[in-house]
Amino acid sequence: MSDNKNILFSGVGGQGILLASEITAYALLAVGFDVKKSEVHGMAQRGGSVTAQLRYGTKVYSPLIDPGCADIQMAFEMMEAVRYLPYLHQGSTVIVNTQQILPPSVATGQALYPENVLDELRSRAIEVIAVDAFTIARQAGEVRTANVALVGALSVHLPVDEQVFQDIIESRVPERFRAENMAAFTAGRHAGRRQER
Amino acid sequence: MWLSGNEAIALGAWEAGVRVASGYPGTPSTEIMEHLSGYDGVYTEWAPNEKVALEVAIGASFAGGRALATMKHVGLNVAADPLFTAAYTGGRGGLVILTADDPDMHSSQNEQDNRNYALAAKLPMLEPSDPAESRDFLKRAFVLSEQLDTPVLLRITTRIAHVKGVVAGPGERIEAPLAPGVEKHPEKFVMLPAMARRRRLFVEERMMRCRELAENDSDNRIEDGDRRRGFITSGVSYLYVKEAFPEAAVLKLGMCWPLPEQKIREFAASVETLYVVEELDPFLETQIKAMGIICHGKDLIPAIGELNTAIVRRAIDPGRDTAELFEPVVLPPRPPNMCPGCPHRGIFFNLSRLKVFVSGDIGCYTLGFLPPLNALDSTVCMGASIPMAHGMVKAIGDGAHDKVVSVIGDSTFVHSGITGLINSVYNGSAATLIILDNRITAMTGQQPNPASGTSIKGEPAQSLDLEALCRAIGVKHVRVVNPHEVPECRKIIKEEVERDEMSVIIARAPCVLLPELKLRKPVGYYTNIDNCVGCTSCIRLGCPAISWTPFAEGEAEARGYKKSQKGYSQIDEVLCNDCGQCASLCKFNAITRGEPK
Repeated sequence: MSDNKNILFSGVGGQGILLASEITAYALLAVGFDVKKSEVHGMAQRGGSVTAQLRYGTKVYSPLIDPGCADIQMAFEMMEAVRYLPYLHQGSTVIVNTQQILPPSVATGQALYPENVLDELRSRAIEVIAVDAFTIARQAGEVRTANVALVGALSVHLPVDEQVFQDIIESRVPERFRAENMAAFTAGRHAGRRQER
Repeated sequence: MWLSGNEAIALGAWEAGVRVASGYPGTPSTEIMEHLSGYDGVYTEWAPNEKVALEVAIGASFAGGRALATMKHVGLNVAADPLFTAAYTGGRGGLVILTADDPDMHSSQNEQDNRNYALAAKLPMLEPSDPAESRDFLKRAFVLSEQLDTPVLLRITTRIAHVKGVVAGPGERIEAPLAPGVEKHPEKFVMLPAMARRRRLFVEERMMRCRELAENDSDNRIEDGDRRRGFITSGVSYLYVKEAFPEAAVLKLGMCWPLPEQKIREFAASVETLYVVEELDPFLETQIKAMGIICHGKDLIPAIGELNTAIVRRAIDPGRDTAELFEPVVLPPRPPNMCPGCPHRGIFFNLSRLKVFVSGDIGCYTLGFLPPLNALDSTVCMGASIPMAHGMVKAIGDGAHDKVVSVIGDSTFVHSGITGLINSVYNGSAATLIILDNRITAMTGQQPNPASGTSIKGEPAQSLDLEALCRAIGVKHVRVVNPHEVPECRKIIKEEVERDEMSVIIARAPCVLLPELKLRKPVGYYTNIDNCVGCTSCIRLGCPAISWTPFAEGEAEARGYKKSQKGYSQIDEVLCNDCGQCASLCKFNAITRGEPK
């Protein structure tokens, strides 16, 4: 049987999912895994719901995660943590940014943002790790580091040393925001540890 | 190296010594040309459309240079005319046409299987499974093209173009075998009937030779295994088969046209049950069945949409996967939307208030269809908006001039809208055309076009004068508006729609995603919620930066608003891109530009 592991990134177009999934992929590559990542460009990127699918293991064939097979979901927005429920299984871990981005029907008053939406996950024996990435990023000194804070939270659940991630972040973010990104990553790691409930 | 399929193809093109590459942006093919433009020694360009791109590549090949044309699947429809005759001429330098298909229509108006073009045009087609093969197959395609004097099609799909995987590095450029220069070969370059008839015979003979090559081609390989089930597959489907049935014997076809009949027969005879696994059409299956071979194919595997490992496994082994999946939870949908500050929004807001049929086109503005604007009534293909409006007006007859408006983006207009406008003027149309000129090909990620004033490398280039062009075509009424000034635009649109003569409105404002706009010092609009009367004028723009907060029972009065007020609007200053459309609509001084007080 294959030893492949699957990470589903979900969120809203423009949230920096691409960079976060790239950093994660390069970290896994650095420790010797085969890694494939699939994403969708074009119309889907215009403020809509977006995903990136990352698979790693000794040898990865398919670039796509099968339904029911995402081991970890990294959700950049609360409702988007629940939208891809059919990809999850009992015991999946969902790391979720507690930010809410209103979809058009909610913003125009035609629908309500669902309350306690993460209970949909908890009630199905899915582990939820809630991270306030926006606050972490602000405290790190640059609100645009929220995606790197989320990478920090994800990193504690992956078989990769912290230093490997730090080296990759250092090489892939603009120099003038390096300190802020490192601070966001470290704070994200603390926030990503398993939470007692 | 860890590259996307598109990055790997760009690398392969550079390595293969490609001299000229031309394309038109189209998801999922766009990034090939973008990446290739970063390599030294390769001339790259964005062409106005795919037909032009392929003709440029044919010319480069005739001159002895290796040439590449890139396009998405529907782009090959546009380029089909030169394709079918280039199949006769062949070239001198290798000629490769890259088609990127989009199963599942992630960003396309249809789902077509371009393997059918290889069969119809009588051309070899290679089909890689992942980024590493994409690079290798592209290089191989150039060798094959020169060896057999034929254009070669390379077909990828979204899950190859936009998948990243490990690719051996670092890559080395080889110089192509021919030195470019002028040579005349009328017997193969001038396709008059007499010559074309001779080349027609050559095409058959060439495909025979290609079939022989395919029989011994190492990219058409048998991977031995359990012979109770045997799979014939190609492209990304191969990966799903390997993952679903790692133990089974597989015939992987790297060249999906022409087919190695002997190899297929031998493989089929060696397995108990034969399965053909392919995305979209039963292309291989039909050919294999025509050989008289019994196999499973589309009786089990869906012909619509993308495949994945689970679909393949469940189709062939329905008993094996028993785990129940979680049902989806009903959530408010999150469709794609025009960006905050998008200039198209103001035009569609105005059109939504006119009782007209809006004949639309392909681009970001197709999203004008979505609520709350609901202001786009048809989309078929690139450039169709203008002739379709003309056809509607002619079908309706007298008095139809104010019932139909067509909208088209600058890039789509240059792609294939101009001939439609010539037709409308020549044949006396009276439907107003609105050119949504945001200076860029936006949907595919801000590629410059002939109206943008820059080249693919960002260097200054001649910018097409759209007003002068429309006047030269014979449009007597050409007006330029700023789409962000919503009420002023509405006045002009109404005047032109009511006019019983062809008119063009150029709505000009740059895409907010242009790098130079994104780098501006951020200034935005903010709401003075004390002044908001809850009229929802701004809400109805559907801007992602504006949201509605409803009042609870009695809250309006408690906060000093009129009792009947239902809520208020608020602008998210982080999302706001400073277009001011909402402010131009607000009659209550509730929206102001600048820093919050």
